[in-house]
Amino acid sequence: MATAAVKTLGVLPRPTAQTGFWSWVTTVDHKRIGIMYGITAFLFFLVGGLEAFLIRLQLMKPGLEVVGASTFNALFTMHATTMIFLAIMPLLAAFMNFLLPLMIGARDVAFPRLNAFSYWSYLFGGIFINTGWVMGAGSGSVPNSGWFGYANLTSVKFSAGLGPDFWTLGLLLLGVGTLVSGFNFIVTILNMRAPGMSLMKMPIFVWTTLVTSVLVIFSFPAITVALLMLLFDRTFAANFFNVEMGASVVFWQHLFWTFGHPEVYILILPAMGIVSEILPTFSRKPLFGYSVMVFSTALIGFLGFTVWSHHMFAVGMGPVVNTIFSLTTMMIAVPTGVKIFNWLSTMWNGQVKLTTAMLYAIGFIMCFTIGGLSGFMHASAPSNTQQTDTYFIVAHIHYVLIGGSIFAIFGGIYYWFPKMFGRLLSEKLGKLSFWLVFIGFNTFAFPFHFLGLMGMPRRQYTYDSSMGWDFWNLVSTIGVFILTAGILTIIYNFVQTMRKPADAPADPWDGRTLEWTIPSPAPVYNFAQIPQVGLRDAFWFAKHPEKGQKAADSLSYPERSQQSLIHMPGQSYMPALLALGPTILAYGLLYMRSGKPFAMPAAILGVLLTLLGFWGWAFEGEGGTMIEPEEGR
Amino acid sequence: MAHGHDPHAQVTNTGIDNRKLGFWLFLSSESVFFACLIVGYLVYHGSNSGGPTPRDLFNIPLTTISTFVLLMSSLAMVLGVNSAQRGENRKGMLWTAITAAMGLVFLGFQVYEFSHFAHEGLTLSSSLFGTTFYVLTGFHGAHVAVGVIWLLSLLFYGRKGGLGADKADDVEVAGLYWHFVDIVWIVLFTVIYLVEFVS
Repeated sequence: MATAAVKTLGVLPRPTAQTGFWSWVTTVDHKRIGIMYGITAFLFFLVGGLEAFLIRLQLMKPGLEVVGASTFNALFTMHATTMIFLAIMPLLAAFMNFLLPLMIGARDVAFPRLNAFSYWSYLFGGIFINTGWVMGAGSGSVPNSGWFGYANLTSVKFSAGLGPDFWTLGLLLLGVGTLVSGFNFIVTILNMRAPGMSLMKMPIFVWTTLVTSVLVIFSFPAITVALLMLLFDRTFAANFFNVEMGASVVFWQHLFWTFGHPEVYILILPAMGIVSEILPTFSRKPLFGYSVMVFSTALIGFLGFTVWSHHMFAVGMGPVVNTIFSLTTMMIAVPTGVKIFNWLSTMWNGQVKLTTAMLYAIGFIMCFTIGGLSGFMHASAPSNTQQTDTYFIVAHIHYVLIGGSIFAIFGGIYYWFPKMFGRLLSEKLGKLSFWLVFIGFNTFAFPFHFLGLMGMPRRQYTYDSSMGWDFWNLVSTIGVFILTAGILTIIYNFVQTMRKPADAPADPWDGRTLEWTIPSPAPVYNFAQIPQVGLRDAFWFAKHPEKGQKAADSLSYPERSQQSLIHMPGQSYMPALLALGPTILAYGLLYMRSGKPFAMPAAILGVLLTLLGFWGWAFEGEGGTMIEPEEGR
Repeated sequence: MAHGHDPHAQVTNTGIDNRKLGFWLFLSSESVFFACLIVGYLVYHGSNSGGPTPRDLFNIPLTTISTFVLLMSSLAMVLGVNSAQRGENRKGMLWTAITAAMGLVFLGFQVYEFSHFAHEGLTLSSSLFGTTFYVLTGFHGAHVAVGVIWLLSLLFYGRKGGLGADKADDVEVAGLYWHFVDIVWIVLFTVIYLVEFVS
């Protein structure tokens, strides 16, 4: 391994550690960053799951006092915030990070250091937003105003504790990292594809990542502005949501949902991408209607910006506005329905192989369709006003987020685990976990439909036996026990598998996309030779000339003879430093309102560290080393 | 391969440099950011809580001067980028310095304006006009300040060899940012100051 031109910044030598703690802190390798995203997000998923578990214990029977009202508020707020921002989004980001360059035949993302910065912002933001737990769940320091943070419940007058401050500043920190990922992925996809891979030859997961990233960069500014306004209101006594000064609390709702609705597509589109990769592989057929799938994804992304007010039908915006937003919302059902039929048609007449990944993908289609149908019911404003703030909505979001996103993520983990860790997860345990998760999830979430129609409101910590909600609440909690057993089975599978030798073959599933052309686990430089791509699903047609495409045209390696050394981007301390600065600034800002003496010094230190990070970043340059690929492709 | 490898010179699918494409995306995202703040200013327009109104406070001739300075700074920036691209290292430094100086003049005007308005009774807390005005123009001012720091960092970067062809891309990306901040001000000056006096 040859090291070229190690640059230094002042006294700090550029990091070169290949193993151990510092190699992970300073890494800019998209695969390592993807794995860090995955592990961190899975841990946060368990935290959010524990919160859900406590919520369901509290609601198991009428009149219980397992956690009490104020802790319950903190639990449902942090459950949603954790699952959306700290679990599902970063779990999907883990796949994007790991897979994007592999799928498009690149050696890394466009901006490797920015990619690391996104991860550190996510980690620090996630820790920041959860800091309040240290001070106690009932202390008011844990966010407790709902994941949507409606004004003016979040005002100092009604939430004097630090909870909303942790929430506001934490989401701002997370948002910066997400935005940067958005820019990074778009540039990577538009600029760094292997020769021959035109946009319409890209794997569908890459397409969904592209559309998702566009949603990120145009929707996150809206919540950034909303959060900054709230920050100014709480910390510097501004009036953005101060009703006494004539402010409108509905303004918050508009800003929040301008972000919030595209956000739900940010959570589901990449999951659809994962399912669209798994289904063709295990049906041994190309994806049915690839181009329609691409256009449906783009259309869902576009329409996602035109429907935000359907979250606000109960506000009283008037019949004209309600009608318009009902119509645009219903329109989204069209491209979504097209996708569902495409998935079914992909399996139709295929040689379906029911691996764990495939089971999750099929489970996704079933449960997501149920969630889609209840979503379509909410689209109608009159029916929506009946369902608003009931468990019917809770049923919908859990069907699209667990039955949708999480099923796809679990399927994706089973599918790509060998490429990430070089080991195949146990299929036996996998199938057991699938059935536990599938049955547990439906037992837990399907009764929400009944409870909602029976009038049970969301976010209430207990209920009276006379309401007639006892039975289905008990069923739901039993479902959570089964689901928990399923999750524990998955963890057991991880642990058991990681203790085995890394002996997974390069292409265990007879895959279609470029990541299966390289060894498992993927080598640090990804591709010893950058492939030339002639077809969509090029690798599969290269392996299966009987499918009617000329193998020679599909995949070739024109560089083979010339290439010896590969340029790899240099490691850096700066991404972690640049993410740490704003985090310290955020702790300073948080305590400014309560006049703590360390608040101002912390804020100044945060700004200085940020500036240092910027300068260090700019002046150290991209750097890099030349490494020699091992023998092989 | 081992020598002379410049990551910036890589061949991209679109033919556009990664950094520039990424920066254009960043600016498009920033547009939405300012759009949301502008919407905030407009929806609360006219809510003065008995305090000073925009017409009481705005001094159009004064703000026109600061606007003119900022617009001219974009010209200086263009000349800076152009000089760097043509390899006129010292001119690149000079025009970049002039741009930064003009940015500082604009910020000086803003500091004066803010303190004057505060003296007249408009604060962040006094009314929704105060809140939305200070936060919107303040965020723009913060962007100008970041731009000035960026340009000064470029001057530090070029302290030995000047800003020439080898650093032209760095100057150009800073220029993209500078022009964007300038364009945002054109919108703000129109929407906040000029439209106020229409009719």
